[in-house]
Amino acid sequence: MTTHYLVLSALLFAIGAVGVLVRRNAIVIFMCVELMLNACNLAFVTFARQHGNLDGQLIAFFVMVVAAAEVVVGLAIIVTIFRTRRSASVDDANLLKY
Amino acid sequence: MPWLPILIAAPVLGAVGVAALPKGSDKAAKQLALAVSLVVLALTLAMAFQFPLESGKRFAFEQTYSWIPSFGVHFGVGVDGIALVMIALSAVLVPIVILASWHDADGTGAENPPKRSVKTYFSLLLVLEAMMIGVFAATDVFLFYVFFEAMLIPMYFMIGSYGGAQRSYAAVKFLLYSLFGGLLMLVAVIALYVTAGKNTFMFPELIGAVTDPGVQKWLFLGFFIAFAIKAPLWPFHTWLPDAAAQAPAGAAVLLVGVLDKVGTYGMLRLCLELFPQAAKDFTPLVIILSVIGIVYGAIVAIGQTDMKRLIAYTSISHFGFIAMGVFAMTSNAQAGATLYMVNHGFSTGALFLIAGFLIYRRGSARIDDYGGVQKIAPVLAGAFLVSGLSGLALPGLSSFVSEFMVLIGTYQRDEVLFVTSAIIGTSGVILAAIYILWMYKRVANGPTAESVSGMKDLNVREKLVIAPLLVLIIGLGFYPKPVLDVINPAVQHTLTSVGVQDQPPVAGVGQADEKGAGN
Amino acid sequence: MEPAKIVEHAGGVIGASWLMIALPLLGAAILLLGGRRTDRWGHLLGVAMSLASFVVAVVTFFELIGLPGGERRRAVGLFEFIPGLVDMGLLIDPLSISFALLITGVGSLIHIYSIGYMSHDPGRRRFFSYLNLFVAAMLLLVLSHNYVGLYIGWEGVGLASYLLIGFWQYKPSAATAAQKAFIVNRVGDFGLAIGIFTIWTTFGSVTFQGVFESTLKPEQGVLTAIGLLLLLGACGKSAQVPLQSWLLDAMEGPTPVSALIHAATMVTAGVYLVVRSGAVFFPEGSTAALFAAIVGTVTLLAGAIIGMAKDDIKKGLAGSTMSQIGYMMLGAAFGPVGYAFAIGHLITHGFFKANLFLGAGSVMHAMNDEVNMRRYGALRKALPVTFYTFLIGYLAIIGFPLLSGYFTKDGIIETVIHHNEVLGWLAVLGAGLTGFYMSRMVFMTFFGEKRWADDAHPHESPAVMTIPLVLLSIGSIFLGGYLVLGGRFMTFLGPAVGMPEGGVPAFHPFTVPGLATLALVAVGAAIAWLRYGRVPVPVTAPRGSFLTTFARRDLYGDALNESLFMRPGQWLTRIAVFFDNRGVDGLVNGLAAGIGGTSGRLRRVQTGFARSYALSILFGAAVVAGALLLVGNL
Repeated sequence: MTTHYLVLSALLFAIGAVGVLVRRNAIVIFMCVELMLNACNLAFVTFARQHGNLDGQLIAFFVMVVAAAEVVVGLAIIVTIFRTRRSASVDDANLLKY
Repeated sequence: MPWLPILIAAPVLGAVGVAALPKGSDKAAKQLALAVSLVVLALTLAMAFQFPLESGKRFAFEQTYSWIPSFGVHFGVGVDGIALVMIALSAVLVPIVILASWHDADGTGAENPPKRSVKTYFSLLLVLEAMMIGVFAATDVFLFYVFFEAMLIPMYFMIGSYGGAQRSYAAVKFLLYSLFGGLLMLVAVIALYVTAGKNTFMFPELIGAVTDPGVQKWLFLGFFIAFAIKAPLWPFHTWLPDAAAQAPAGAAVLLVGVLDKVGTYGMLRLCLELFPQAAKDFTPLVIILSVIGIVYGAIVAIGQTDMKRLIAYTSISHFGFIAMGVFAMTSNAQAGATLYMVNHGFSTGALFLIAGFLIYRRGSARIDDYGGVQKIAPVLAGAFLVSGLSGLALPGLSSFVSEFMVLIGTYQRDEVLFVTSAIIGTSGVILAAIYILWMYKRVANGPTAESVSGMKDLNVREKLVIAPLLVLIIGLGFYPKPVLDVINPAVQHTLTSVGVQDQPPVAGVGQADEKGAGN
Repeated sequence: MEPAKIVEHAGGVIGASWLMIALPLLGAAILLLGGRRTDRWGHLLGVAMSLASFVVAVVTFFELIGLPGGERRRAVGLFEFIPGLVDMGLLIDPLSISFALLITGVGSLIHIYSIGYMSHDPGRRRFFSYLNLFVAAMLLLVLSHNYVGLYIGWEGVGLASYLLIGFWQYKPSAATAAQKAFIVNRVGDFGLAIGIFTIWTTFGSVTFQGVFESTLKPEQGVLTAIGLLLLLGACGKSAQVPLQSWLLDAMEGPTPVSALIHAATMVTAGVYLVVRSGAVFFPEGSTAALFAAIVGTVTLLAGAIIGMAKDDIKKGLAGSTMSQIGYMMLGAAFGPVGYAFAIGHLITHGFFKANLFLGAGSVMHAMNDEVNMRRYGALRKALPVTFYTFLIGYLAIIGFPLLSGYFTKDGIIETVIHHNEVLGWLAVLGAGLTGFYMSRMVFMTFFGEKRWADDAHPHESPAVMTIPLVLLSIGSIFLGGYLVLGGRFMTFLGPAVGMPEGGVPAFHPFTVPGLATLALVAVGAAIAWLRYGRVPVPVTAPRGSFLTTFARRDLYGDALNESLFMRPGQWLTRIAVFFDNRGVDGLVNGLAAGIGGTSGRLRRVQTGFARSYALSILFGAAVVAGALLLVGNL
């Protein structure tokens, strides 16, 4: 049983990771990040169930809280960038470099 | 009464109070800062008068609170004679510096530095005072480390924001040097905790805890390099002239007068007592570095063209004396070294302050830009001369007593290394006469230079700043006994835990006899 | 006979003898701290404090001679200075009280003289505060009962000397001379300091009592080493070869300073040190004593030769001072008889040299501060009091029979010849040179025709200046005979420095060396008459022979110092500064620059493309995971 959940979790994580790497649109990248987080949540819950204690579930809740906070901040940033630059492409926003 | 926690807390609270003042209340900020520092001074003196001279206990006014129990870290404070005089030094210097820095952040003066936040400056000064008192009071090695590093922060901002033209270069250099040493020390602190295996950082319990000579050596080096940078010993010294020359005069006083003493204090307190065997093994190296520092600092000082840099180099020479005294490991030399730390704070402090007064008036630190000041501003020149003479250890002024004790204490170790070092060190008195008098001559003597002809003599505030220092310099020069009586038992404790005893000065003459003959 | 034992003393005037030091010190403090408020009466306070100190000295002296001979060495404890190492205290014995009387007595006269001499100087109050400071420091030097106290006074007088030489500090030459005096003295102090360290490690004490009455028998080598180190200190303070060069420059100070510090008292401190330590560190026939004798002889000749060529009246007298102290140093090398004559000469010299210097000052005062003797001439009519007092001083210094200098200098020469013929006859030669240069000075100044500057209108000095001159000349006439005849001084000094084995030697006026000395002095004076009295003196100095130049340039002492120490020192300083900036600091800055360069290159990795950062994070995570797996499998 556990293995199936873990494989699913790994698949979701890989999809998310590839999405972050190949897509340019900030919103899509953002969704992919959420996907990765939820993949992790799935893994946490799975292990919690396997070990029979609540630690993993607890951490999953933490992750959700953090993710929610992150969404608030992240979307605000993306919207602001879009307003000023008329673009949501992360490759256009490359001013912060050497 | 928990004297030491109050002494640490009071300036912190004062700093918060000063920082919280509304914008534009510069005058109130200065007055509040001065008042707080005077309260701290009063508290320190009250504590000093209650200090038990002959209790036989290692530390007085001990207070220990558990801080991080899982690692055995305590907020542990306590003072012995050595720490007490260093705390007193800090407490005396801070109000003087505050009064001396009255206009340092105002953007007035011939040097025309930019206007900066006044209350931040004085708030930083008070934070620094708390850190200085804390570092000398700490009886927990970890707490010592925390204060040791935390001291850097206010000083960094004081140099970096309120200093001269090259302030950011000097501030970064100061920070990086100190941080480098500090991190080595952190490694050594952790390793000490692990190898001692006592699950505590309390200094008294760590004495004698590390017995393996190899481990001792490495740990000693970790601590020693940090302190050698802080002090600074040759060849770790080049940050000091930059920092001292760029810092505002008041900050330079605290930097050289107190902060650097943490280095030599740490050698005496931590290096020697925690790692006695390694200290003995490294003694020749340290003594040689010290002697090089004494002569080298003096020679380079002679060649300086900038007043503050010159004073900084003289300090490098003086720190050589202090380190030599610490590692000569006789009671005379160590008591002398401790007294030297105090006296040097006063005499170099006075020199920096007077240099500051001169620069405030003339707008230049170059010695050649002056001349004939004595005729225009006799009080200023007189104060300059007295503090300069103290810098060259003129008998009757305080530095003489300490230099004499260090040298005779080193000389008394009847071994070639020590005797030679003491003799070479003594030649420093000739070089000292050259650098001080030559500087004085170029600044104060000769025909009055055009550019200084309108120079004003010291005003009341400046006289109030310099007078206590001169009184201390002359008073301790003639009657150092009160301070030495406080220092001596602590030095005996140190020597006992290092496991050395004074050799009687003469074969066949015991300590008791010698005392009788000395009276 | 051994010196008497030192006894602890309490109470009485001797117990309060610290007042001698405290009073002038208080005067100096009041005048320095009081500032301009004290300008009007400052000089009077200075004189009063000096006189008060003299009164205490006199009363102390009478209390001391009221004691039996063997008990005249009293130690007065004052306070603990450095616990376990040094206690402050005074030693009142015949030697120290002789010095105290000289310092406060002659010192007070010079204070009084200075009222007139400095009357037009705006810094007169400051001048008197420095003089008071000097008197206090000098008294501490001679009265202290231990070497550290002596050292404190020793450097204290150095400070006073520095301040007073540089009194007219706005003149660059004065400022330089002051600085030079202090630094050269510090070279001597270096020796003295190490000497004191060695004394402490050898005897376990720095008190005179602990050292002189020690039961320890240290090795002779150590004693010799200490003696030589103390001698180095003495050379610095007493301007003996090779540390003589500062004294001639020190004449930049006001003339009363030259009289008090650089003739009568401070420069004799070296002789005091040698005599005080004589019994232990400079016993007759020891190596250290021989060195002292050689140093003394070389200096007495060098000083005389320099004095012979100087046209500056003060520098001429300075050379003469060097020379006379050379005599004292020479005498001090030959046991109790030598000590008595050396100290006797020191005291009479204090009188007649102060007399001569103050006379010179009076001449300068009259001649608009002209010091060049070639611009003097025929002043005996214009300045009668100055002339007669100067003449007495002159006769005393050349050793004219029955005047002060005759008895004491002759005593030294006789003692030295008795022990060491070569040095003794060189001393006789020196006396002949003295006859020449002092006569030259008198002829050039007071005789011959007027060679004055156009605006010179010489006038006799006011009474406040001439009365001290008269008093000093009375001392210059009678003091020597009073001290020497009947061995009065030797007997008095005996408890402090010991008595000769065979009792006090009787005074013989007609010995071969004595007569030879007189003859040579007469020859010297005659040559001076032929060259400077009979024929007119040119206003500009003739070029002179090689020897004259040699003497005028102070035997190339300054040139030697310059090429041996100053130039190499400057080079060393420059190299050290360069090394510090480029070497030590260069290393640090180089390291910083290296790290900076590397990171400059590395930062190119930061492209600004968020997705490539993500890729590298993923890659890193993969590496970590892989590593963990690998470690887990091992």
